[in-house]
Amino acid sequence: MRLLIVEDDAEAAAYLVKAFREAGHVADHAADGLQGYAMAEGGGYDVLVVDRMLPRLDGLSLIRSLREQNDATPALILSALAQVDDRVKGLRAGGDDYLPKPYAFSELLARVEVLSRRRAAPASEPTTYRVGDLVLDRLAHRVTRGDSEIPLQPREFRLLEYLMKHAGQVVTRTMLLENVWDYHFDPQTNVIDVHVSRLRSKVDKGFEHPMIHTIRGAGYMVRDTTR
Amino acid sequence: MTRPADIVSPGSGASQAPKRKQRFLPNLFRTTAFKLTAIYLVIFALFAGFVLGYVAWNAKRLLDDQIRSTIDAEIQGLAEQQRLGGIRRLVNIIERRSRGPGASLYLVTTPVGERLAGNVEALQPGALDRPGESEIEYSRSSDALDTPSRAIVRVFMLPGGFRLLVGRDLEERDRLGVVIRRAAGWSLLLVFVLGCFASWFVARRVLKRIDDMTDTAQTIMAGDLKGRLAISGTGDELDRLALNLNAMLDRIGELMAGMQEVSDNIAHDLKTPLTRLRNRAEEALRTAQSPDELRGALDASIDEADNLIRVFNALLMIARLETGRINDSMAELDLSEVVSGLAELYEPLAEEAGLEIVTEVTPNLRVSGNRELIGQALANLIDNALKYGKPTGDAVPVVRVAAGVVGEQIELTVADHGPGIPEADRGRVLERFVRLDQSRSKPGFGLGLSLAAGVVRLHGGLIRLEDNAPGLRVVMLLPEAPRKPVETAGEGALPASTAQANPAGLQSV
Repeated sequence: MRLLIVEDDAEAAAYLVKAFREAGHVADHAADGLQGYAMAEGGGYDVLVVDRMLPRLDGLSLIRSLREQNDATPALILSALAQVDDRVKGLRAGGDDYLPKPYAFSELLARVEVLSRRRAAPASEPTTYRVGDLVLDRLAHRVTRGDSEIPLQPREFRLLEYLMKHAGQVVTRTMLLENVWDYHFDPQTNVIDVHVSRLRSKVDKGFEHPMIHTIRGAGYMVRDTTR
Repeated sequence: MTRPADIVSPGSGASQAPKRKQRFLPNLFRTTAFKLTAIYLVIFALFAGFVLGYVAWNAKRLLDDQIRSTIDAEIQGLAEQQRLGGIRRLVNIIERRSRGPGASLYLVTTPVGERLAGNVEALQPGALDRPGESEIEYSRSSDALDTPSRAIVRVFMLPGGFRLLVGRDLEERDRLGVVIRRAAGWSLLLVFVLGCFASWFVARRVLKRIDDMTDTAQTIMAGDLKGRLAISGTGDELDRLALNLNAMLDRIGELMAGMQEVSDNIAHDLKTPLTRLRNRAEEALRTAQSPDELRGALDASIDEADNLIRVFNALLMIARLETGRINDSMAELDLSEVVSGLAELYEPLAEEAGLEIVTEVTPNLRVSGNRELIGQALANLIDNALKYGKPTGDAVPVVRVAAGVVGEQIELTVADHGPGIPEADRGRVLERFVRLDQSRSKPGFGLGLSLAAGVVRLHGGLIRLEDNAPGLRVVMLLPEAPRKPVETAGEGALPASTAQANPAGLQSV
């Protein structure tokens, strides 16, 4: 995955470039908005990571300008602003995701990977997700593992659907809260963990190979470990 | 009034050093008191002039009427004499009367104008040619020819071409005119002098008090926050102003004390975890034997840092709620969906805690607000109920989450059967960083309720802590959004169904 990091703080940028490279990605760096715009326009990036406040051209304007050029490269906005409606402004400007500072790198990495995968994915969603012997039929609202059907509550179904859609990718707790519950606030406690462990007890209990894996310090991942 | 020389010098007034004695007189001309006095002066002068003019005009008319009726009476008498005794008798009578003192004038002439009798020596030329009444100049004696007097006269044609002039000197009337003019002058002068004096007095008094207030304000601005404006005790406008300003200063003082307290709290409650974080890192550095131990210490440090970030976020959010500036992101939303969704989100957590969440939600409750803020507030309350709401006795382990309409408001209730909060502490726990001793052992920062209270206030609502007998019942009252006839499409479904990888939330705007 090729990444462009537009960030004016040199230390933060160096840290991000290094961390993304360690995660196996190619990361370039632009130090201000105009440079970032020029580099992004040159194309070839899978995901843009754009700081909200940048010299010369601010992050939102950068993304807006790209969108006006019909450049749909997924963009994630990093922001130190913590206004309640800040995220909404970022998404309105054409951003695809929004992460307030300070953030955990694992959170950023998971989100960026989801964004890049979305770009590569076919335009229409498949009606069935399949991971190993776990099959989720989105139309029939049915989940089977091997020969047995797994009965799930509607919310559990959506949780598994999101995890399976991003099979092989790390999905963070915040991402689950945002995408499965549509909540963008701090739930104070590890509510998501409890939901996942419930789901896990239905999906993995009694099977030799677990499907839902906890990724330490990051989140969860659905993965077939038999292959 | 004399004006000091510095009035005319350019730059006097505003640019001058603010010493009261120096700026007093120049400023006088700019004061409201002075302007008002000037206006009153003009009005009073006009009024006095009008009254005096009216009196003078009426007095003149009255005197003229009197003079005319006297003349008429005399002419009638003389005509009677002439009818009875002819010219000769008339001349005799006139000669007799002319010798007497008084303001009456008489003159009889021959047809050619030769004087037969009378006390008029010289006349304005042609005065005798016009019969009837006129105002003329005359002289009584030959040595007064240079200074003619004025008179109202009536000329009468007698049989045989003789002419009779009867008149009355106007000196009396003219004297009255002089008296009135003098009175007018004096009264105008008096009005002016009194007006100036009053203006000076009022301006000086008022200006001095205002200057005192300005001085006090300056010392307060310079840092003496205990300073207060002086009250004269008369209860006038300036006193009222000073009272209000003092009340404002008191309020500012309270707010500053509150701020001070908050920042003390923040310092304390952020420094504690920061110190913990630092100690942990230091200890790991000193004592860790293996990479695994170091790794564990680092993990713990990151958790600690995350907690700090959450406190920061909560504090920032509360601060922003208190400035009340998120109107942009207010929208009509389905509160029932938020409440049910949250209850469902926390349900497994409740089960783990050995509690049950019971919901009583009226469907389709609409409020105007920010979905995330209301969600956060409610999440805080539910989280609190799960943390502290576990019954100690044999009460039912239930957390009741309810939403319904009460009057024109929407009532949100989160009630538990835990130990509750003593009545005396209920107001205090809404403040930042306040944690009751019983809760100190549980995780948390004491910001949840403050944040909920801030959210409710921002939405124009009310938060109440009540006794759930036993337990705590938190009631949030929010104003109901005005009902619209058009149903918003797609709101009925749970929004998460629309939430794909593309971050949702736009519909909450």
